[in-house]
Amino acid sequence: MFIDFFYKLRDHGVPVSPTAFLTLHKALDQKLIQSLDDFYTVSRAVLVKSERYFDLYDQVFAHHFEGVELPAAEGLAIDEMARAMLEQWLQNPKELAAAMGMDEAELQKLTPEQLIEYFKERLKEQTERHDGGNRWIGTGGTSPVGHSGHHPGGMRVGGESRNRSAVKVAMERRYKDYSLEGPLTSSMMGEALKRLRHLRPAGPKDQVNVDKTIYQTMKNAGEIEIVFDSSLKDRLKVILAIDNGGWSMDPYIPVVQTLFDYARAQFKELKTLFFHNTVYETLWADPARYKKPIRLDELARRDPETRLIFVGDASMAPYELMAQDGSIYITDRSGRPSIACLEFLAKTFRHSVWLNPVRKQRWAYTRTITMIGQIFPMFELSIDGLEKAVARLTAA
Amino acid sequence: MSGATFSGASRYVLDAELAQIVNVSMALEMPLLLKGEPGTGKTMLAHAIAESLGMPLLVLNVKSSMKLVEALYQYDTLTRLNDSRFGDSKRDVSDIEAYIKMGKIGQSFTAERRTVLLIDEIDKADTDFQDDMLDVLDQMEFDIIEIDKTIRAKHRPVIIITSNAKKDLSDPFLGRCNFHHIAFPDPKMMRKILDVHFPGLNGALIDGAIEAFYKLRQLEGIEKRPATRELINWLRALQSDPDFNPKRLKEDLPFLGVLFKKSQDFEQASRLVQRRARY
Repeated sequence: MFIDFFYKLRDHGVPVSPTAFLTLHKALDQKLIQSLDDFYTVSRAVLVKSERYFDLYDQVFAHHFEGVELPAAEGLAIDEMARAMLEQWLQNPKELAAAMGMDEAELQKLTPEQLIEYFKERLKEQTERHDGGNRWIGTGGTSPVGHSGHHPGGMRVGGESRNRSAVKVAMERRYKDYSLEGPLTSSMMGEALKRLRHLRPAGPKDQVNVDKTIYQTMKNAGEIEIVFDSSLKDRLKVILAIDNGGWSMDPYIPVVQTLFDYARAQFKELKTLFFHNTVYETLWADPARYKKPIRLDELARRDPETRLIFVGDASMAPYELMAQDGSIYITDRSGRPSIACLEFLAKTFRHSVWLNPVRKQRWAYTRTITMIGQIFPMFELSIDGLEKAVARLTAA
Repeated sequence: MSGATFSGASRYVLDAELAQIVNVSMALEMPLLLKGEPGTGKTMLAHAIAESLGMPLLVLNVKSSMKLVEALYQYDTLTRLNDSRFGDSKRDVSDIEAYIKMGKIGQSFTAERRTVLLIDEIDKADTDFQDDMLDVLDQMEFDIIEIDKTIRAKHRPVIIITSNAKKDLSDPFLGRCNFHHIAFPDPKMMRKILDVHFPGLNGALIDGAIEAFYKLRQLEGIEKRPATRELINWLRALQSDPDFNPKRLKEDLPFLGVLFKKSQDFEQASRLVQRRARY
């Protein structure tokens, strides 16, 4: 029973396991499922293990039991595309309105779902008329995708919405794609965190662990055995500097930040700073790189034992690194080339590493990566790379 | 099978879907994994189930450094040493079992009646902890190494596991649970929840508060968004202020500190309120 349904779910990318399917049958046997509504709820609870797939499940379910046409492979593709485009456009309602051939006021009345539907209609028309040429859709497409998109009507895209609205899913699918591409993904977080746990100094074992001592003594039937631990006093201070400028870094920022936030407790101090492409005279404490500048000489007054961890792709035009006024920002005119600033930082903080999400075999193709790699020990932003970086940072 | 079904409790507003999932999980004897934002009532659900089915509730608060053994049992070596030295207790020192204390999972296995076992915030622990625990929950038994004894569950507890949506749990873990994601309540549901908590409270106040609350939740760049718990506390605060008039909610929001617990969030929220007051 429902084998078709099961395979349809699989085909559409919902990770369902045979065991779960058997469990569902157990539920059917026990007459726990009396109606289609029951089946909907129960089979979702049993088969689908992440809210990420709830919407997909809904689509497949509707298709299977009600004959709704939507989840055809082609439909899905258009769907995805439409959502992705929509997301970008929502940041610029005027352009969207113009492209759709309606005025902004009219647009504001539509719900996101209606908008997507309408947009898909247009897209299909377009495909037919221009024989695959959907160039007009592609032009505005370089804007960095962010969380800050607004529906013209004031609804926040990617905000909370209780219903499984298309927009919400659009946002979640974005993350799924990332997790396939990025070297370090949120699903590896647990493993990565374990590596990070080693990021603590191996101080002398000079503190008596009373609990363990008692336990060991008991185990030895009263023969006293004293257990020592290394003291935790000298936990590390860590400065995390993240390149959050270009969209190329977008997928990794949340991962890295969450990672270190989870590990925060084991550090004495964790400070997250931001920069774009490379460092000039300032780093920024706010992600927008606008409000809270932190000058390098200010930074240099910190404990030199602080571990400095850069996260960035280190890829830019060589002049940005080498030229005296290389910054792409007109306000950054310090007279010191960025490479000198980096060298200054590397000298100030002896323990520093650069984590790079670009795959290692491709480093040689980008000059700036090689150059920065000569200043900071560079590691791949992957589980392995993290492990090596941690080993490097903890070395005395 | 106890045959008991769950249909809500005195201070918990349950949606039909979740009730069904709970009942099916009980019938299938599978743990139910709940995910969702903080403040959507994941933990409260277990309390509600325990209350409505009249079962004792055991809460295992998972900590990041926790070892599975702590959740199962503890061998109280210190008391044993004390007893062997001074011998003033009635326990038999040669009987190690007298010094085994059950942890929360152990208690739920050895209890004389069916219990509700809440494993709260499982995502805090290592994946090892999670996987090890699964075996225990799957087999419904564990060994006490010190006395070489196997503890089997007398009654299969109703197991509720909660996780904050931050990271995904391991696949084998997910495979053995049923899953539900509790969405943040919409204003209508919130109204119902508040009605349960504040029966007979002035409708205008509740409406105004809910409206303001959802507006504040939409604020951008808030690190910790206020959740149901905060809203309830806020209403309590508003209620206790004798000078407060619901009409004022339109231009002024007092006690923002109840809603926003981080200083940056608080500043941002109060800035917004001031802006609103000006226009």
